[in-house]
Amino acid sequence: MAVLTYLEASRQALIEEMRRDPSVWAVGEDLGRGGVFGQYKGLVEEFGAQRIADAPISEACIMGAATGAAMMGTRPVVEMRFSDFALCATDELVNQAAKARYMFGGQTRVPLVVRQPIGMWRSSAAQHSQSLEAWYAHIPGLVVVCPATPEDNKGLLKSAIRCDDPVVYMEHKLLWPLEGEVPDDDERLVPIGKARLARPGSDLTLVTWSATVHVALQAAALLSQAGIEVEVIDLRTLWPWDKSTVLESVARTRRLLVAHEAVSVAGFGAEIVATVCENLHGSLLAAPARVAAPRIHIGYAPSLEEQVRVTPKRLVDAATRLMQPTMEEIR
Amino acid sequence: MAREMPVPGASMQPDASRAGRLLHFYREMLRIRAFEEAAIRGMKEQLVLGAIHPSIGQEAVAVGVCANLEKDDIVLSTHRGHGHTLAKGAQLQPMMRELFGKEGGFCKGKGGSMHIADFSVGMLGANGVVGANIVIATGAAHAIKLRGSRQIVACFFGDGATNRGPFLEGLNWAAVNALPILFVCENNGFAATTRSSAMSAGAGPAARARSLGIVATDVDGNDVCEVDEAAAALVREVRNGAGPRFLHVRTYRLTGHTAADPASYRSQDEVEERLRQEPIGRLREWLLREHRVSVTALDEDARSIREAVAAAYADAREAPWPDAARAFEDVQDVGDPRQEAY
Repeated sequence: MAVLTYLEASRQALIEEMRRDPSVWAVGEDLGRGGVFGQYKGLVEEFGAQRIADAPISEACIMGAATGAAMMGTRPVVEMRFSDFALCATDELVNQAAKARYMFGGQTRVPLVVRQPIGMWRSSAAQHSQSLEAWYAHIPGLVVVCPATPEDNKGLLKSAIRCDDPVVYMEHKLLWPLEGEVPDDDERLVPIGKARLARPGSDLTLVTWSATVHVALQAAALLSQAGIEVEVIDLRTLWPWDKSTVLESVARTRRLLVAHEAVSVAGFGAEIVATVCENLHGSLLAAPARVAAPRIHIGYAPSLEEQVRVTPKRLVDAATRLMQPTMEEIR
Repeated sequence: MAREMPVPGASMQPDASRAGRLLHFYREMLRIRAFEEAAIRGMKEQLVLGAIHPSIGQEAVAVGVCANLEKDDIVLSTHRGHGHTLAKGAQLQPMMRELFGKEGGFCKGKGGSMHIADFSVGMLGANGVVGANIVIATGAAHAIKLRGSRQIVACFFGDGATNRGPFLEGLNWAAVNALPILFVCENNGFAATTRSSAMSAGAGPAARARSLGIVATDVDGNDVCEVDEAAAALVREVRNGAGPRFLHVRTYRLTGHTAADPASYRSQDEVEERLRQEPIGRLREWLLREHRVSVTALDEDARSIREAVAAAYADAREAPWPDAARAFEDVQDVGDPRQEAY
């Protein structure tokens, strides 16, 4: 075990996978200089400028070229800097990479990873702060991964690179300096599609992912002091998502709260709530609830930004409401 | 089973005569023409269900370029991609089946005309989005460079694509990285149903390529010999590591944008004038006059090609639809919809 930051863990993952498999290469703007956050620092020295490829500010070409290169049998890791910028490459990701295998009747695969950091970070305002994971969960063909810890950022990035499907890999910018223990084992992969029990509890299930996991854990500690034991599930992967872990937990706690940084309306939380209702309707003690951003843009000023932020207080309030006794219980 | 014509290059021994090469072009262009005519008939008979974009009149572009490619070279095509696919060596039967959406089609009935592809001959796909193939082709060339092989990529696109962002992004990228790719701008004069001249600033596609430092050649795309000679020179340079090259080919789309488009935005006089310059008739005349090929021989070629296409048509008509459960295959491994689609 070593203590690594979330950023360093991802760097280690890429280094190990590039050493293991010569078909893996990375492409994006400023990679030779270490990438916008330093995720690629030192890599060009070891792997050369061919495999740590600098690109012009041409998101459509970065994504499209990676798609073509993946169809030719290489395994590109695409860096989009910010998930907001990946929107410049929407056709290439959604119409091309996600569909090529199907449209061509299985004649090809597109084994690429597109890293698109998400989330609010340092007053970055409306075009550098979004969490758009739900968009990609909606697209057949794509895998969507949102790691919350250093250990998962290493193990999931390795799994994503080895995956034969296009993977939208969304790291949260706020988590880059987060430290945590990470196993040294090169072959320690975190499976895509398996949730992580972040905190066990018996009264309420709180499903979340990415940086909001840490907000949820703070809320759970506060609620525990008030005698409410919250089970926090870190979903880790949005597609495929770990329905069985969530359903098993809610079947026990009979209460569901979902929290995410993205806009609530048509967010992935809605999918989780709907699935729980479809499967456990009769046994729920309260209507499931969501805590997420209102459908407004992310403002620059802290007072504006605060309006979209999921805080421990908002989670505590929502959990407390969910724990109100029902008439059934009062009788 | 349809009798197949030889793939490009297969009949072209190094010592083959000039007439042999031209005869090969003639057969290849006829094969495309006959296929397109059959596809249009299929649409009228409601056997081809979705939109098709015929390349009638543009056959010399596909044939003249692909004749200079090796089997393991890569081609990326457009929504108007039947000709490129056939010229790269695709067989008639699985291609017709794909247009009909039938079992045994190149894409198992999942793609149809607009997503026709035959990876076994290096044809990495038509594309339903104008210009989208340019950046994919650039990436295929990038992979070839990473791998260090001798392959090259030929990327076909229309004049309409030169007004899309991926055109600039892909050409710039290919030039910066000196990639082994031949860009072929097949200028048929129309971007969908609008004259591209009315929608395009500047001195045209070749000038745009030259502004990025890419060597560009401009040819009459209805003269297969001219296309062939220009492509031969450019392909040689690309293969020798000179970086990207650009071939601007002026041609004319004799049909509407789709087979269903009556093209009422242009006069019948204009079409008739252009019909006199179409590439197959021009080559036929040349073969008869300059190479003393007999009319009987050419007609025999045409007859056998039409028979092969008719056989593919009959085969596709009788072939079964794909099993419905196949809709859930070829989507993804992780989160496979056969296990979870909801």
